[in-house]
Amino acid sequence: MPPRKPRARVDARNGGAAVAEAAGSLPGNLSADDLVDFYRRMVLCRTIDERIWALNRQGKVPIAASSQGHEAAQLGSLLAAEKDGDCFLFPYYRDLALKFAAGLTAEQVMRSFMGKVGDPYSNGRQFPLQGADIPRKIIQISNVVAAGLTQSVGYAMACKMRGEFTVALVYFGDGASSQGETHEAMNFAGVHKLPVVFICENNRYAISVPQRKQMSIQEVASRAAGYGFPGFTIDGMDFIGCYEATREAINSARAQGPVLLEMQVERFTSHTTDDDDRRYRPSDEVEQARLRDPVVTFGKLLLEHGVLTQEQVDEAAATALATVDAATDAADSASPPDVSTLHHMVYSS
Amino acid sequence: MAVKSVIEAVREAIREEMQRDPTVFVMGEDVGARGGVFLATQGLVEEFGEERVIDTPLAEASIVGIALGAAFRGQRPMPEIQFSDFVWPSINQLIGEAARTCYGTNGAVQVPMTVRIPYGGGIRGGLFHSQNVETHFFHTPGLKVVTPCTPYDAKGLLKSAIRDNNPVVFLEHKKTYRLVRGEVPDGEYTLPLGQADVKRPGSNVTVVSYGLTLHYCLEAAQEVAAEGIDAEVVDLRTLTPLDKDTILTSVRKTGKLLVAHEDNITGGIGAEIAALVADEAFEYLDGPIMRVCGPDVPTMPFAQTLEDAYTPDPAKIAAALRRLAAY
Repeated sequence: MPPRKPRARVDARNGGAAVAEAAGSLPGNLSADDLVDFYRRMVLCRTIDERIWALNRQGKVPIAASSQGHEAAQLGSLLAAEKDGDCFLFPYYRDLALKFAAGLTAEQVMRSFMGKVGDPYSNGRQFPLQGADIPRKIIQISNVVAAGLTQSVGYAMACKMRGEFTVALVYFGDGASSQGETHEAMNFAGVHKLPVVFICENNRYAISVPQRKQMSIQEVASRAAGYGFPGFTIDGMDFIGCYEATREAINSARAQGPVLLEMQVERFTSHTTDDDDRRYRPSDEVEQARLRDPVVTFGKLLLEHGVLTQEQVDEAAATALATVDAATDAADSASPPDVSTLHHMVYSS
Repeated sequence: MAVKSVIEAVREAIREEMQRDPTVFVMGEDVGARGGVFLATQGLVEEFGEERVIDTPLAEASIVGIALGAAFRGQRPMPEIQFSDFVWPSINQLIGEAARTCYGTNGAVQVPMTVRIPYGGGIRGGLFHSQNVETHFFHTPGLKVVTPCTPYDAKGLLKSAIRDNNPVVFLEHKKTYRLVRGEVPDGEYTLPLGQADVKRPGSNVTVVSYGLTLHYCLEAAQEVAAEGIDAEVVDLRTLTPLDKDTILTSVRKTGKLLVAHEDNITGGIGAEIAALVADEAFEYLDGPIMRVCGPDVPTMPFAQTLEDAYTPDPAKIAAALRRLAAY
């Protein structure tokens, strides 16, 4: 594997000194197959995300939180976790793309969003894709923000106790970074040098509250210095950059303890299907952000480097649409959970 | 068979389970070199090392949250909350997360975690070292709640709690730690969760209780026995699962029920047991269901007079037994 230079980023611990490099290059250790595969996954994630919002307006999906604008951060880090092969993920409620791309079928996702039998996360008990997907090494018990952070630290500690080398990747938003448990989790992970990568998908909004009302600092990553481990702020709209940073962070976490990655992203939608961001966001903000759409940007990059042809781009879009159409129909006609299951699994045997 | 205190029985259970199962570990404030403020973990760090006896930062939310995460990976964590009064910062992890994990993952994730919590008053602890917290956990499906009152029960129940695959809140009444002594068999034994114990058989009136108050009930029963009132004292031992059969069997025999506990009366365990008996043994009742419980003030206060006034003590319980027996 050829050595990789760090991409544009800021090491918050070193007073914000930027280490820059030309953006838009492809990493040497990713094959064209990997890149095309992840482009297709990203297109599929966007397509299902958009469909879910339409289904919400039709009354078929009660609630949804969107990944639109976060896809590069979620899938770039997922690719790093897959390449590593020994990571366990603790996502949060905005990680639809991450959870879908980790290996679910479109129909499983749709069943989850419609609360039907076959929801792989909780069989219809929880909000969509919330609970656990153990085959794909994912746990997200709740949407109480930051609750997963201490749990991920405990998971990493348990792995260490058992002589395992698993790295825990825990995802959270800028909103969760204000929670006391975020401090407690990072502090403990720092003390014990646990293999945890804290990934903050910073879209600058806690529902409606902008970053300037959440914290008096510019970069969440600068908090890492207070816990004695490195923190980096990276462009979360850049798939390759997110992949590379996460890959390095995983290696570093396994060798010497936690890393905080702040991935600066854009939220293209309202907080959830129940929110209306026109009440609190400038009208042109999302419009401007969409100029940096991670799905489009990634596609262009692959076209420029000849990894992808225009035919493949078109084919990816058409395939995604057909897949989501079929999944929607199948989930729509699937059964809801039987009422007899109401009392199941309150306790484990 | 040797006579031991409750705290000795607790320590013995932890030690034996740590010897038996390498996945069992302890974490909490001062549990290492200090051995815990009540010495429940004394000697454990010397025997098992700092990896399995973890002195944590002073931060309860993460003590439970980290333990919960470790349980996800199949360890059997035993987080200690130093005093029940300090459990509140961890309530999201305990009631919000741990209790809902099995249900919320449709059984895919288990939580083999036992949270040990010294609780209760009568030790001049005031508002923030005396709290009864059991009702909050009793109200929460997904948790098991254990409240032993003797060394024998404490050891046998704690071993079962540690081996259970569900989150268990193990409540140790701190006044019983050194006050209550009793015989503890040598060698291995466990007691099942969800099985009450008739601590004193009787025929005239049923008294249901747990924890320190159970001992006060036994004293009261002894006192009124001289007056011809034969009270049967039922020790719940575990609040969840609640042993409904033992309660109902006793009430069907005696026709009268008194529930006594230190926790606040309103919406408490006594209220739930009263509702249970009204539902399922109404036609057996020969008198009103009575309760002797902590009053509805926030906690047992600090001043001796106020602490005494709060406490459901043997005299108050005996008085209630006399009133009930007169029906």
